[in-house]
Amino acid sequence: MNWHGIRAIYRFEMARTGRTLMQSVASPVVSTSLYFVVFGSAIGSRITSVEGVSYAAFIIPGLVMLSLLMQSVSNASFGIYFPKFVGTIYEVHSAPLSFLEIVLGYVGAAATKAVMVGLIILATARLFVDYSIAHPLVMVAFLLLTTVTFSLLGFIIGIWADNFEKLQVVPLMVITPLTFLGGSFYSIHMLPPFWQKVTLFNPVVYLISGFRWSFYDLADVGVGISLAATLGFLVLCLAVVWWIFRTGYRLKV
Amino acid sequence: MNAVVRTADDDILVIRGLDKVYPGGFQALKRIDLEIRRGEIFALLGPNGAGKTTLISIICGIVNLGAGSITVDGHDVVRDWRATRSLIGLVPQELKTDAFETVWNTVRFSRGLFGKAPDDAYIERLLKELSLWDKRDNKMLMLSGGMKRRVMIAKALSHEPQLLFLDEPTAGVDVELRRDMWAMVRRLRESGVTVVLTTHYIEEAEEMADRVGVISRGELIVVEEKAALMHKLGRKQLRLQLHEPLDAVPGALAAHHLELAAGGNELVYNYDTQGERTGITTLLADLAAAGIRFRDLSTRQDTLEQIFLQLVKEGA
Repeated sequence: MNWHGIRAIYRFEMARTGRTLMQSVASPVVSTSLYFVVFGSAIGSRITSVEGVSYAAFIIPGLVMLSLLMQSVSNASFGIYFPKFVGTIYEVHSAPLSFLEIVLGYVGAAATKAVMVGLIILATARLFVDYSIAHPLVMVAFLLLTTVTFSLLGFIIGIWADNFEKLQVVPLMVITPLTFLGGSFYSIHMLPPFWQKVTLFNPVVYLISGFRWSFYDLADVGVGISLAATLGFLVLCLAVVWWIFRTGYRLKV
Repeated sequence: MNAVVRTADDDILVIRGLDKVYPGGFQALKRIDLEIRRGEIFALLGPNGAGKTTLISIICGIVNLGAGSITVDGHDVVRDWRATRSLIGLVPQELKTDAFETVWNTVRFSRGLFGKAPDDAYIERLLKELSLWDKRDNKMLMLSGGMKRRVMIAKALSHEPQLLFLDEPTAGVDVELRRDMWAMVRRLRESGVTVVLTTHYIEEAEEMADRVGVISRGELIVVEEKAALMHKLGRKQLRLQLHEPLDAVPGALAAHHLELAAGGNELVYNYDTQGERTGITTLLADLAAAGIRFRDLSTRQDTLEQIFLQLVKEGA
């Protein structure tokens, strides 16, 4: 293993985060605070509780997931797209780095940053609501599993994208709607029966449900199913990344 | 022909039957066979689109190999890529840099990427050698084009490679920097690094290279010792300044394929120094017989540039 190489990519990516601290850290904190003010305080005051949990506390896992997914995807996709765009990717290709090592460097950094943002949001939420975490280990497991999986997805998008529009389109048109419709702000039991069935096709439902279970012992779908679905998506992303590197798709001719 | 028997160990890079067809169907390289000797400076000359960059990119692992084989220091670039890539440094043609990184960080990054443990003392020496030490804390976007190119070289040398590729190293570089680079390449060679450079500037190959390869339309037309190439293919020209101008070359001299120049005041005769006979004696005798007298004469040898243009034309 080329550990020095992995470390070089990882440190390079983390340094980039450091340079864009406002955008990387401040913006998720501000947007989360806004969600709490609007949904937690203004609207939430009309909804007493959801399945025994105060509404403001109920939305915390969903809000963290929302940021986690967005951050993972955008960090990883930008991280690999930018060297392609400016042409510095030649150096990575000519270096004695295996595909696995390249992925470890870029995805590792993207996931680290996303986890950091997730933890900052949890801390920010504490300022607004008192919440508890029933199963901390499961919470951490979901946090890590989700960031790694979606960082891999971001990596795939970054390789696939050949312009900035494509880079933005998946987070905006796919991730955001799926997260909003995945039970971030409501329990899927609040939906009419037909939409409850439809919503089960949304993979984000399983992430949010599992993550919320780790906080409040509350779940829309069984936690085992959530875990299996998340792992399944991870394996799918790994398979696509493996295929990309095997074929050199959009990387080498 | 070589007096010294060479062994496989003398070659740091061996290319056999290399073919490359791009997905669009464009054949970039055709049956390239080439050996680069350890410690030499090899210049690869060729017009735009000849396949120089493709060739280098395949060796470095940036472009997939089509058919054939390449070994670097005995390691196959496909099977044993980790070993070969560790041995190679590449300075690409275009200046591709991370605008917001400092010189120091970007060079340090490259060393790590190539699997070497950090060695700040080495990086410091390298930056000083390339006159970059004062700029170490500058961001890349603040550097001039020439300085950026020095940084690209520092990056390529950051992991102490044995084989350095310089793809058009002095394109768009001022005279002073070009001379600096030549001096640097010579120092590298003295330290045991093998250098392969591609260039448009024949002057550069003539000045620097031990051997020259000419590539055109994906084919390696010729590989020769620079001196031998110039000698072998160098055509010489004999110019005779006449006493009285001529309107046309007299029919009696037709066999010599003479040309008139300088408004009929000069006769130009082209000959091959490697030919069995230069034909000069016969020409002079025929001139005397035709009653043409000359005041002075001069001879001129082709530069590498002229040889190159001729080779490419013949290859077309």
